[in-house]
This record gives sequence, structure tokens and C-alpha cells, in this order.
Amino acid sequence: MIKAVMVMNTQGKTRLAKFYEYLPVEKQQELLRGVFAVLCSRAENVSNFIDAESIFGPDSRLVYKHFATLYFVFVFDSSENELAVLDLIQVFVETLDRCFKNVCELDVVFNYSKVHTILDEMIFGGQVVETSSSEIMKAVEEISKLEAASNAITLIPKSASGWRSR
Amino acid sequence: MGSQGGFYQSKEFLDLVKSIGEARSKAEEDRIVLHEIDTLKRRISEPDIPKRKMKEYIIRLVYIEMLGHDASFGYIHAVKMTHDDSLLVKRTGYLAVTLFLNEDHDLIILIVNTIQKDLKSDNYLVVCAALNAVCKLINEETIPAVLPQVVELLAHPKEAVRKKAIMALHRFYQKSPSSVSHLISNFRKRLCDNDPGVMGATLCPLFDLITLDVNSYKDLVNSFVSILKQVAERRLSKAYDYHQMPAPFIQIKLLKILALLGSGDKQASENMYTVLGDIFRKCDSSSNIGNAVFYECICCVSSIYPNPRLLDSAADVISRFLKSDSHNLKYMGIDALGRLIKISPEIAEQHQLAVIDCLEDPDDTLKRKTFELLYKMTKSTNVDVIVDRMIDYMISINDNHYKTEIASRCVELAEQFAPSNQWFIQTMNKVFEHAGDLVNIKVAHNLMRLIAEGFGEDDDNADSKLRSSAVESYLRILGEPNLPSVFLQVICWVLGEYGTADGMFSASDITGKLCDVAEAYSSDETVKAYAVTALMKTYAFEIAAGRKVDMLPECQSLMEELLASHSTDLQQRAYELQAVIGLDAHAVEGIMPSDASCEDIEVDKGLSFLNGYIQEAIEKGAQPYISENERSGVLNMGNFRNQDHHEPSHGLRFEAYELPKPVVQSRIPQALLPSTEIVPVPEPMYPRETYQTPVPSNSSSAGSAELKLRLDGVQKKWGRPTYTPETSTSSSTSQKTVNGAAQVEGATTLNSTRETYASRKPQVEISHEKQKLAASLFGGSSKLEKRPATGHKVSKASSHVVEKSHVPKSSKEVASEKTAPAQPPPDLLDLGEPTDTSTVPSLDPFRQLEGLLDTTQVASAANGATAASRSPDVTALYADTPPVGIHNMGDADLLSGLSNPSVTNMPGATAKPQLTQSSGKGPNPKDSLEKDALVRQMDMCGQRDCHINMIQPYGIGGGLKIQERAETLVLCSI
Repeated sequence: MIKAVMVMNTQGKTRLAKFYEYLPVEKQQELLRGVFAVLCSRAENVSNFIDAESIFGPDSRLVYKHFATLYFVFVFDSSENELAVLDLIQVFVETLDRCFKNVCELDVVFNYSKVHTILDEMIFGGQVVETSSSEIMKAVEEISKLEAASNAITLIPKSASGWRSR
Repeated sequence: MGSQGGFYQSKEFLDLVKSIGEARSKAEEDRIVLHEIDTLKRRISEPDIPKRKMKEYIIRLVYIEMLGHDASFGYIHAVKMTHDDSLLVKRTGYLAVTLFLNEDHDLIILIVNTIQKDLKSDNYLVVCAALNAVCKLINEETIPAVLPQVVELLAHPKEAVRKKAIMALHRFYQKSPSSVSHLISNFRKRLCDNDPGVMGATLCPLFDLITLDVNSYKDLVNSFVSILKQVAERRLSKAYDYHQMPAPFIQIKLLKILALLGSGDKQASENMYTVLGDIFRKCDSSSNIGNAVFYECICCVSSIYPNPRLLDSAADVISRFLKSDSHNLKYMGIDALGRLIKISPEIAEQHQLAVIDCLEDPDDTLKRKTFELLYKMTKSTNVDVIVDRMIDYMISINDNHYKTEIASRCVELAEQFAPSNQWFIQTMNKVFEHAGDLVNIKVAHNLMRLIAEGFGEDDDNADSKLRSSAVESYLRILGEPNLPSVFLQVICWVLGEYGTADGMFSASDITGKLCDVAEAYSSDETVKAYAVTALMKTYAFEIAAGRKVDMLPECQSLMEELLASHSTDLQQRAYELQAVIGLDAHAVEGIMPSDASCEDIEVDKGLSFLNGYIQEAIEKGAQPYISENERSGVLNMGNFRNQDHHEPSHGLRFEAYELPKPVVQSRIPQALLPSTEIVPVPEPMYPRETYQTPVPSNSSSAGSAELKLRLDGVQKKWGRPTYTPETSTSSSTSQKTVNGAAQVEGATTLNSTRETYASRKPQVEISHEKQKLAASLFGGSSKLEKRPATGHKVSKASSHVVEKSHVPKSSKEVASEKTAPAQPPPDLLDLGEPTDTSTVPSLDPFRQLEGLLDTTQVASAANGATAASRSPDVTALYADTPPVGIHNMGDADLLSGLSNPSVTNMPGATAKPQLTQSSGKGPNPKDSLEKDALVRQMDMCGQRDCHINMIQPYGIGGGLKIQERAETLVLCSI
């Protein structure tokens, strides 16, 4: 099971944090700090795996991948395969890239809820449900379309009626 | 931003993100966020906020909380948003609540209804959003509220919904297996879903289920194999390909499942060989995901029943991994090697150089993984190299968690493979010096035990050499500053036991050093305690050897200081030291035999040495001891009053039956006192009671205190099975002295000692296993002999002690069972509900009262009302007494059934045959019950005491029988 997904930049600013087991905010922050401390001590050209037991407790592994200014971090237990999770990060980033056309850090920040949508299509309740970035894209586009539609439907009458009542 | 459809963000949010991004310090960031919180607090509670604005506020709140600030003031607004009709707003609401709330949050109750509604929505995106919330927010209590809808969704036409419904069900299973246990078959069903995506998702819950219970899923082996075969043969549509691999994630999950199913099952494994071979051949080794599949294959091959051809393929892949430049692949290679050497140890040899390279690699992760592998590969021929490396690495790192782990591994390896005593002591010294405060205290105890017992050979010479070298090295190390407390404890103990043993160091050398330790680490009481006891031992050995003892002045002052210590433990030790010094050689030898820390101390649990004293007392007219079982009837009488206040709760007799039993125990010392003060201590476990039946061990308070002392004095920690006759048998002081080390741990009762042993056992077994493994892996080298010796000794010692403490008990148990009145026969128990069997031993005070009332023929109870109660219609009488409740109604039924067999329309009447049978045991049960009813009805509390007083001198036997019968009655009526 996937325990957590984190995206943070090279300065340690959290860009996305999703924990699949509930943790209080303070604990989340502590873990994020702990992860960042380990990440920034890693040299380049070393493996993408970190022994995370000292941060997350027994049976936890951490795989990270560094893209430009961002670290993508997945924390999971022994039921997942490290190399496969590395590819999962790849799928996630590919999807983001498709979605935002050359994704950069700011896209992730400003489209916070969309990034969550993408992640929710991939990982559901801590289990990987979809690993094809085109499938994820399809789902996300559909959501966007419907949301835009519902937005138009609900917001226009509302504003119109508001305007009329005034 | 417009191009991103509904994901609209305002300028304000952009500014916020920007300013936070540009913040130069954490303080500045905090300031910005706090300002933002203020703004949001104000704005969010304004009336009539447009939905779009509200949505944006919530997004900002989520953002703020992600940065670690409290956004709880906005939770309720997020909850409100989930109720909205607009998909966009609703989804935002759901996103926010899943991030904000946990399943036990108070606001959940407000969402459950919405979730229920949304799960039924015809818009599948709404359903998906709701399912997402279900996963995160539904707890055990609320599962039933949404379960039917989730199950319905398993057949939803959209595969995305089916997938998520499966995951939600899986989540329920994780949270509360019992609530969905009847739905587990759904996972099997979904395995045959015609959408491969859904099938793939189903593998996640199945993997978890199979991990927990392999055997129920053996029938699926063939299905899994054929699915894997089809996937590997590219039968799935191209859409499932990833980097030219056919559905690799599904393959990986399937391989994981097969590894579980094939483990230790030859037949199942044989079904897998072909497909595994195919994957090894076909898999693409150039991509990352291809290697992931390879790795999973190796894991599977090493887990299932071994097949030489597959093992060869696995070994080839491993060597490719290890030769690769990628650290990731090296890491996986090392991990895979660690798995495979369990089966074919020889493959490690070919990769020695690669492994050494990984060890020198700057990558910490890889290094640790390699140490893990080395740990698995260690044997007596390479132990010194490996442990030295480990210690070097241990010294170099700062991560306490890993330091602890590696230190304990060093210790473990050193204990198992030490090539020489000298090396062992040196290694242990290094570990303690650098990680002393991190290692488990048990490690220190183990070291002391090893030093005391030697290495298992019956070679006293070698043992004493080991000890002298230890003493020598410790005296040297003591010069260094800031030693860890645990290490100092070991040093003090060893110096005390063996400091003067070989005559190389004089008592004044040793005591001087010990005083230095106590002074230098004066804030550490444990160390001081060890030091004082060590001082006492040193002096005692001197005295016993007939030498004159001159106490060093610093020692004298230390003792005087401790005599007035705030710590009672230290104070006592100081007094003991003072006392021992004043004794003559003979006495000292008795209490402080030299090198006797390993000797077992025999504890006479029957306290047979007191027999004469008891005889004398009885002759003088004292009451003879009555065993617990015989007494229980009487004792509960005394407790009767305490039970009174429980009466109103009789309607719900769940725990009430449990209560009286422990009273029996706690009152043992007051056997013959009619006091009612003692409050029952609930102790639900019955089996324990039988164990504790050996009464002498609990009897007189003075005796038991002494006994306890002794028990904790028994040096079980280091005890070895005694082949030599006991040196000391009953003197409690001698035991105290013998166990300088164990005492420091604080009071240990018999139970806790046993527990420690139980907890130590697994460890022993593990090392056993490893020994076997190593022997089979590396073909028993000569040194290997050593390991079993150590391991055996530990296990022997522990089992020995455990046995010791058990044997006398069980024998006594048997004895007490014999003397005890016969338990109600099982067929009677069957009458009651099956769950009630546990309450068998518990006694109902009323029943006991009945019994006693009956035997003693208390006339006062039989007043005018007896006539009424004698009439067949006893139930009517009971019906008028509300507090008696349902339970007693049942009794009444039984009673009437007894007294008047013709009354059969009562539920209790079914119990009649057994009851009549059992009633033969007690004299006239009917009367007693009737009287009891009267007593209760008339609230004759005042008279009960007088019954008790009257009853106690005699009638124990009769009362007991009645009580036992009453018990069966209680059972029947429940």
C-alpha cells in the first residue's frame, strides 16, 4: 500500500502532500521535514531509494525522483516493488506534463486541485488503480469538461438570479 | 489559466502562492500565512458568498494546512460544499474534507448522508468523488451506512466506478474485517471482470487477503497463473502496455501473489514454473519497468519451491543487476541476492567483488542494503571482517535509528560467531563504547551472562582467561571519559564478580576504580547501584578468602553518602555493604559465594521448612490452614455486603458473575476473618487462578515478601542448567547477593520473571534457525560448532528455569484439584449459553447465602413469609420484587420447576432433569432459595452479618456443596 505522496521543491517547500492514512497536521509537517532532510543530503547519481524506517516506522520504503526543481516522493510498504514505484512516479510526472504542457513547479502550485485529481485517478485509498497516463488523462479531461459545464450551468443562473433580485 | 477549464484560480491566490514562494525565511512565510488566515476567517463567514469564491477560499485553506497551519475554522465550510449540486464545487468540497478530516472527526456525521446520496447519483463522477471520500472518511461505525451502496456499485457499468468500489470495499476490510467478511467473495468475482483494469485493481485486495490466509486461496493458483500467462503473451490490448511491456504493474502484482501462494507448496509451485520461465525469457531488460518485473520474478522464484533452472535464470539476472552502473539496479541486485542465498548460497561467491564495491559506494542506501546482505552471509570465517566493517560504519553515522539496528546486529553476530574470547570482548567493548546508550539493555545482560558462563566449553581455564581479559580491558577503558551507562553497568558487574578473581589486581585497585565510577557518574543511580554492589562483592570475597579488609577512605565516604541517599535502593545497598563488612568469613561465604552468579537457587515454594513451626502453632490451638477451594464458600459470605450495591444491575448480568472470584484470592490471608472491607478486584482470567492456587506462595505476608525477594534474587537471567549441586538453598540473603545484576532491574515477581523468559525464547530460536541456515549454506566449518553451543545453552537455561517454576505448581494444582469439591459436571454447564462457560467459577453471593442459610438453619430468616414462599407459585413472589430483575426471575422459574414439576410452561423448566439431579448434592435447595428470596425481599441486610458470624465456625462443607449447586442453578438460569 502507498502510505504517502509528497512533492516538494529543492528548497524544502511542500508543493503537494497526500497521506493515505490520517495523520495530524503537525505529524505531517514533521515527516515532510524529515524527508526533506534526508533528500537534500543525498548526492547525485545515487539510487532513488531510501530506507525510510527511521522516519515512517517499520516496513516503510521511500522512493524519490528529482525533476528540475521538484522532488517527487512516494512512501509505501513491502507490498510494492521499488522499481515499479519509480515508474509510477514517472507515470505521474508524465501525466502532469501532458496535462500542463511542459509542467513546471508553478503549474503544480497553481493547479493544486487538478494535481490532486490526477493523483486520485492513479492512487485510490493507498492502492494503485491506474498506471496508464493516457487513461488518467482521459478521466481528468472528462472531469474538467463536466466541471466546466456544471460551473457554467450553476454559476450563470445563480449570478443572473442574483442580478435580477438586486 | 483560462485554458485549464474549471480549475479556476483567482489573482489573490496567485499572489499568496507567489509571496510565500518568495518568502526568504520561515518566519516571513509564517507571517504571510497568518495574515492570510485572518483574511480567510473574516471572509469565509460573510453571508452570501458566491460559490466560486467559496471554492477558492477552501482551496486556499487546503493550501494553508499543507504548509502546516491550522485551518480547522474552515472545515465546516468544506463540509457544506460537499452538499452542493455543482460538480465542481462538490468535488472541491470532497477534496478538502478528505484532506482535512479523519474518520473519527466530529463533522463526519454531517457528510455520511451526502455520501449516501452521492453514491446513488447517476453522474459517475459524483459517485467517484463520493467513493474517494468513503475510502478516507468512513470508519467502522459508519461502514454499514454506505456498505449496501458500495456493494451495488461493484456492478456499475463504468469500469472506473467498479474499480473504485472494489478499493472502497478493500478499505473497509482493512478497517474492520468483520464488517465485510461476508462480502469477500466479491473480490474473487471481480477477478473475472471483463475489464482488465478492474481485474488488476482486484489484485490489490486479494494480495492482502492472501497474505493473511494463504490456504483459502490455493484454488486460485491456476487462475492467477493463466492470467499471468495471458498478460505475458500480450493478450491484453495495447492500451495496457507501458514502455513496450504488457501491463507490467499487473504482472508484478501477480508475481507477488504467486510468491505467497507457492511458498512451501511444491504442487502449486510446479504450476508456476513454466510461466516464470517464460517471463525470464521474454522480459525486456532495457527498461526500468522490465527490471522491476525481473526483480519480482526473482523474489517469486526464491519464495516458491525451488526449481534449479529458474534459480539459474534468477542468478543470471542478479549478476546483470550487480554489474549494472545504475545504483537502483545494484540495490535491487543486492536485495535479490540476499533472497537467493537462502536457497543457493554458492551464488554469493561469484559476486564477492560486486558486493564489496557496493559496500564502498558513497550511496548510503546501497551501503545499508549491503550490510543487510553481509549480515545474512556472515559465518565464523568472515565474522571479524564483517563486524569490523559494521562497527566502522556504525561509528561514522549519526542516524540513531540505524545505529541501534546495526549495533544490535554486531552484537548478535559477535555472540554467534566470535572466533576468540579476546575478540569477542574487544568487539563488545567497541559496540558499547560507541553505541552503548542505544543498545538494548538485554545485550548488556547477555554479555554479562557470557562472561559468567564462559563460551560453553567445560573448560574452566578458558573461562577464567576470558574473565581476566575482560577485567583487564575494562580497567583500561574506565580511564576514558563519558562512557555510556549500560557499558558502565557491565563493567561494574564484571569487576565486582571477577575483579580480584585471578589475583592480578588487588581489592584496593578494584574498589578504588569502582569508587571512581560511582563518583564520576554520580547522577546515574543505576550505575551507582551496580558500583556499590560490586564493592560489596569485592569486599565479601576478600573477607571470605580470609584477608583483612581495609576499606578505602573514598569508599567509606561513598558508603556514608549513600546511607543517607534519597534512593531507597541505593540506601539499602549501602546498608548491606556495611553489614557484610562486619560479618565473619564463614557467614560472608554463605551469603556471597564467589563466582556463583550462574548457580540456580532452589526455592522451596511449599515452605516446608516452616512445617515445624506450623505444627507447633496448631498444637497451641491455632486454626489449621484451609485450602482456598474449601474456603471460597465461606469467604464470599463476607463479601456479601459489598455485592449488595450491584443488585440493581442484575438485569444485565454480564460482568457481575466475574466479580466474586478474585475476592477469594485477595482474601486468602484473612482466611478466617469475617471482615467485609476488602473490595473485590476484578480479574477476569480464570485459568490464571488455577495456576495461582498453590496457596503457600501467597500465604503469610512476611513469608511471601521473603519469597518474592528470593525469586527475584534467583539469577535466572544468567542461570545455566545446574549440573552442580546447589550451593545455597533457602537463605534469602545469599540469593540477594548472588544476583547483583538482576537486582538492579528492580523487583521482579515470579510472573514477570517467567515473562522475561518467554520473551527471550523467540530470540533464541531465531539464532537457532540462523545457525542451521548458515550450516547448510556454508557447509559446517569447524568453528560453527561454537554457535549451537551458545544457543543451546541459552535455550536450555531458560527452559530449565521455566520448567522449574512450573513443576511445583502444576503438581500442587493437581493436589488442590483433588481436595477441592468436584466441579459441576460439564453437562450441566452445557445447559447455559455456551458463552457462559467462562463464568463457571464465579459465584453469586446470593447463591452462597442461600446455601449457608440453609445449612445453618437460620431461624430468623424463616419468619412469617416462609409460608407464602413455600407455595408452588414462587414466581408470583418474585414478580413483586423489582430489583431482582430478569435473572432472578429465571431462578424462580427453575425453583418452581424444582418444587413443582408440573409447572412446565416456564422457560427454565427445560433444565429440570439436570437440576433435580444436581439438587441431590445439597441439602434441600428449595428451602434455601426460598429463604434467600425472603431475605432479599425483606432487605434483611442487618441480619446477614450475624449469619456470617454464625456460619463461619462450622458448616463449611455443607455451605460449599450448596454453593456449588447454586452455581449450577445460576448457570441454568442465565
